[in-house]
Order: sequence, then structure tokens, then C-alpha cells
Amino acid sequence: MAWLRGIAVVVGLIALWQAVVSATGVPEFMLPPPLDVARAMVGDASLLAGHAAVTIAEILIGLACGVALGIATALAMAAWRPARDWILPVIVASQAIPVFALAPILVLWLGFDLGPKIAMATLIIYFPVASAFFDGLRRTDPGHLDLARTMGAARGTILRRIRIPAALPALASGLRVGVAVAPIGAVVGEWVGARAGLGHLMLQAKARVETPRMFAALILLAVIGVVLYLAADRLLRRAVAWHAESNPAED
Amino acid sequence: MSVVSGAQAPPIAAFSVPPFGIRVHAAGLDFGGAPLFEALDLELAPGSWTCLLGPSGVGKTSLLRLIAGLIEPWPGSTIACSDGAPIAGRIAYMAQQDLLLPWLSALDNVLLGARLRREPVASAARERARWLLARVGLTAKLASLPAALSGGQRQRVALARTLFEARPLVLMDEPFSALDAITRHQLQALAAELLHGATVLHVTHDPWEALRLADRLYVMAGSPARLGGAIVLPGDPPRDVTASGLAGRHAELLALLANGKREAA
Repeated sequence: MAWLRGIAVVVGLIALWQAVVSATGVPEFMLPPPLDVARAMVGDASLLAGHAAVTIAEILIGLACGVALGIATALAMAAWRPARDWILPVIVASQAIPVFALAPILVLWLGFDLGPKIAMATLIIYFPVASAFFDGLRRTDPGHLDLARTMGAARGTILRRIRIPAALPALASGLRVGVAVAPIGAVVGEWVGARAGLGHLMLQAKARVETPRMFAALILLAVIGVVLYLAADRLLRRAVAWHAESNPAED
Repeated sequence: MSVVSGAQAPPIAAFSVPPFGIRVHAAGLDFGGAPLFEALDLELAPGSWTCLLGPSGVGKTSLLRLIAGLIEPWPGSTIACSDGAPIAGRIAYMAQQDLLLPWLSALDNVLLGARLRREPVASAARERARWLLARVGLTAKLASLPAALSGGQRQRVALARTLFEARPLVLMDEPFSALDAITRHQLQALAAELLHGATVLHVTHDPWEALRLADRLYVMAGSPARLGGAIVLPGDPPRDVTASGLAGRHAELLALLANGKREAA
């Protein structure tokens, strides 16, 4: 049923799009009709696929780095008080800098290849993952900690056996946000300076007024984002199957 | 549900260590800025079962947590074991909440203590955990997650977890409160059997339960709270509360509790 509804929404949006084009007579270079975009998608398939592969690689590597760094930071802050006292303010303050403003600097430092895009994606994923996981680690049920203490558990064992598992639903929420914003980091990185990638392709197409190709790239980006999110959501639900609130019976 | 009666030989290394007593002396504790109790004395004889009754909020749970080492008393308070050794690592603590870990099965929740102490969980330990879950009537629920259990079933898993610890000092806070009357009766008998020889401090709201299980009982009342005189009960628990002269004791206890409640109000 959910699939049918999804297809219905997509079809409806395309119909609306076509209706706007027909009704307003807007020129093709501003809003191409859906059929032109479809044609661009088929005609430029190999070109689009090549650039999409670059963007997907940036997103996935950025995700891996951002998630690993975020988890490591949260664990360090939970396990060691001084780490928390010193790192937490820095992380919070760092959020005052718009990540987009860093993009030109990253390009300056890391060049026009994958580097700055991965760095952008990493930065943008890092914060939601680190803060959500740390929050979860901080909110262990005090009763569970009491019980563990009376059972003679060492701090490290309590972290591993109780605090980390208890924080997994919070980490899962952070990961969902991270996965959703990851493509933003990659595309912004590409806009500032790149040799390949869907964001780069869009800028090139815009300069040449090949609007259908721009739209084709945009749609491809949206599809990548949705597929990534759905895959992550499915995986995370399975990982914290015991957590009722993460898995509403039927929605 | 059926509670298995003690037919099989219990694979329990009961209390291999000799039991020890506890002496709480001049204990004082703050709660929300006001003294909950001050200069409180309590002595638990080695291998005896002591019940603590009293109105809600009087400080029974806090006293239990104090002995468990989970809260710091005022300076000058002493809590000592009769054998002079430290108390840490020799207690089993069962809180009012079942405190089951929601990601572990009933069986793994019972084994939690061994895992947390990084003891190897050999097949003997699993066997013992299974046996205890069978004794609390949960053979069919070994693999169930806590979310799939009722409140009473969860409390039974928590009881099995506490018994699995096989510690010489057992602190229990209303361990039978979520159970139906029949199950409660059966599990009281089970606890009395398996904790025989251990030193037990048991907080309860049920005077019949206290009369059935305790060697001696105290009523805690007032603000700051005081302990009434020890009420020593004859014979070995679990007692048949319908027989002997316990009905008179029950009336006496109710009067004491009603008094304590008036004082608190």
C-alpha cells in the first residue's frame, strides 16, 4: 500500500508539473516539461550515471567518516569527564559557523577532488550523530546503573553492556538525520569547486542553459537521498527492534 | 501459569559463604533538603529475614539504598558487616521497578550479573538461570523480551535475577507487589526456600506478607523517621498465616501502621 501511495504521489506531482507548464507557457529554459527531462535522463544516462557515482561515493565516504567520528566523540565524552568538559563547548560553538561558509576554505585546502566534498559531508553528519548519541549515553535509566553497581560491574562494562545498548535508539535518530543531510554536504562541496559530481553537472548545465539536464540531475539527487534514507531506516529499525518507540506497530 | 514446586534438585550453590549481619548505627540522610531520618539504628542478624513496614515516603527505600551503598549517608553514620569485611560485592538488590534491560531476553536478564562481572557464563550458569525461571513459572518465556511480558511476569524475572545472584545479603523492595494473590503466595514460599540462610532485608506494604516471611519486623514511621521496637516472630518462615496466633499480630501491626500514617499526615 505504501508503495502504491508513493507512486500515486509521484505521478500526481508530474501531472501538476505538466499542468503548470501548459497553463503558463513558461519558456523551456526556465521550467522544461516533464517529457523533456525524461528525454534528457535517457539520452544522458551514461553521463548522469558517471557523475552520480562520484556524488554517491562522496556521500557514502562522508557518512562513514562522520558517523565514525561522531560515535567516537560521544563515547569519549561519556567515558571520560574531562573530554566532555573540553570537547562539548567546542562542538556546540562550532555549530555557529555555517558549514556552507567553510566550503570555499575546504576547497582551498583540499583541492577540487573528492577531499573537500567528503569533508563537507563528514562535518554536516558529525554533529547530529555525536549529539544524539551522547544525549542517549547521558540518559541511561539511573535504576539500571544502580543495579549494575550493586552487581559489581566495572565502569567500562557498564558502558559496554548497559549505557551503549540503551543509547542505540538515540544514535539511530542521529543517524537518520545524518543520512538525510549527507547529500547536502556533498552537493555544496561540488558547487564550490569540482571536476565531477551531480552538483557540478548542474552548474555546467546551467551555464549552457541545458535546463532539462539540470532537472534530470536534481531528480537523480532526490532519488539517491530517498533510497539512502529508506535503506538506513530499515537497517536501524532492525538494529533496535526491542525499542517500541522506534518501531510503531503500524503507521 | 504454573509455578514448579521444588521437585528437582536445585542446581544452586546456595550460600557457600557463611552469612553475615549488618549493623546500621546513627544513620542520617537528607531528602529534598529535609532530614529523612537521623540517628537511626538497625541490626540485621546473620541469616535472618527482616521485614520493614511503614507508610509511603517514610524512607524505607532510602534505608535499603543506603545499605546497598547507592546513596551516601550523613558523615558519622556507620554501616558495618558483622564479619568486618566490606559490604560491596556481597549483596543482591531488587528495586521496586523490575529494571529489566529491554534489549535482553528473560534468560539473559537473569544472567546479567554474571555478564556484568565478566564471569564466564558456562552451561551450569545457564542451567541454573533456566531452573530459576522455571521455578517462577516462566519456562515458556525464556526467550521473550521484557516488552512482551506482563508486569507480574517482569517482576518474576527480576526475582529470578535476584535469586541467581546467590548473595549472602539480599535487599528487596516490594518484590511481590505486582503479582496476583496465588502467584504471590507461591513466590513467597519460593523466596523463603531459596533465601534460607541468607540475611534478608525486605520492604513491604503487606502486613500478612511480613508475618509470613520475617524472623523479625520493624515499623518505620514519623518525620524524621524512627524504627519501632523489633517484633520477633516465632517459628520458621514461611508461616501459615491462617494458623497460630498471627491474626492478633496482624491487628497489632495494622494499628501501628495506622498510627504511623496519622503521624505522617
